[in-house]
Amino acid sequence: MAEQTAPLRTTAEPAGGSTLAAGAEPDSAVVRDALGVGIAVGLSGFAFGVTSAGSGLSLLQTCALSLLVFTGASQFALVGALAAGGNPYTAAAGAFFLGVRNAFYGLRLSQLLALPRAVRPLAAQWVIDETTAVTLPQPTRRAARIGFTVTGATLYVLWNLTTLVGALGAGALGDTDAWGLDAASPAVFLALLAPMLKSTTERVTAGLAVLLALGFLPVLPAGVPVLLSALAAPVVLFLMGRAKGGDAHAAKDAGATGAEDGR
Amino acid sequence: MNVWIAIALTFAGCYFAKLLGLLVPAGALERPLVQRLAGLLPVALLAALTAQQTFGDGQHLALDARGAGLAAAALALVLRAPFLVVVGAAVVVTAGVRALG
Repeated sequence: MAEQTAPLRTTAEPAGGSTLAAGAEPDSAVVRDALGVGIAVGLSGFAFGVTSAGSGLSLLQTCALSLLVFTGASQFALVGALAAGGNPYTAAAGAFFLGVRNAFYGLRLSQLLALPRAVRPLAAQWVIDETTAVTLPQPTRRAARIGFTVTGATLYVLWNLTTLVGALGAGALGDTDAWGLDAASPAVFLALLAPMLKSTTERVTAGLAVLLALGFLPVLPAGVPVLLSALAAPVVLFLMGRAKGGDAHAAKDAGATGAEDGR
Repeated sequence: MNVWIAIALTFAGCYFAKLLGLLVPAGALERPLVQRLAGLLPVALLAALTAQQTFGDGQHLALDARGAGLAAAALALVLRAPFLVVVGAAVVVTAGVRALG
């Protein structure tokens, strides 16, 4: 299987998990990295289960979200928007926009993993932040495939189990706010956001998005301010492009905000 | 019923996005502007969601225990704490401030 040992170009930036980016690693090291990320993030499914149940979703709805959507930020965004009284369309739109980044992860993974066409619809469900963060820095196709599969499987199983436990436990906890669990969701967002704030462009975008979201909160229906805040991205790109005077600079650091930290 | 509509739409949209990346030929989405926009979109949305779920209370803005919890999470992030510690810090501090208040 020559293709499995052929060295791959690793143009992808180390996705935050710099300890994962070492040279040729034995299979066991790849598996250990993958399990570490899988377990750490999988457990936060508990917070999702509690948050979702606390937002008024049924056990079945909560578990369906984790089984079907399986991309944490979108799930938290959806239940948050529904809890705030947003209509299902604006709530789903916000969750979808957050999920769009996975398409760009898939693009890079597809080159690394070289999956047979028949496997792609199955593998697609595991194309998320964490699997990308583990897979991209792997030096060989074999290591990339092991990293992707072990991280994906570990996360999928744990995320869904902990979602179930969290949703069941929410009832036993009673008032989830008294336990501070309503702070879990924004903390998850912040933890995903932090490693993306690499340059001025990202920071200005984040700042403008916060202003838009909070500024419109009192005057627009629930869910709409978050969608409007997405406009911060093209606005800042446009302004930065003008300030720098051309595409040459913008192209230079293209993709700098790709994969996020895989913790 | 509304919740199921939202779940179905989110599933369809998110799965389509995941599959699209694996199916389209390499290069189709590689235009610098598209890449930049795709990178910045989650930054804007995550920042907005963080702010809204920390300082939003229905249609009102509020500064309460969640603010302290998020400050703890931010501190944990600056100290490079693992993901679970960051979320745990936010939950524990928020609960603590509520218990004291």
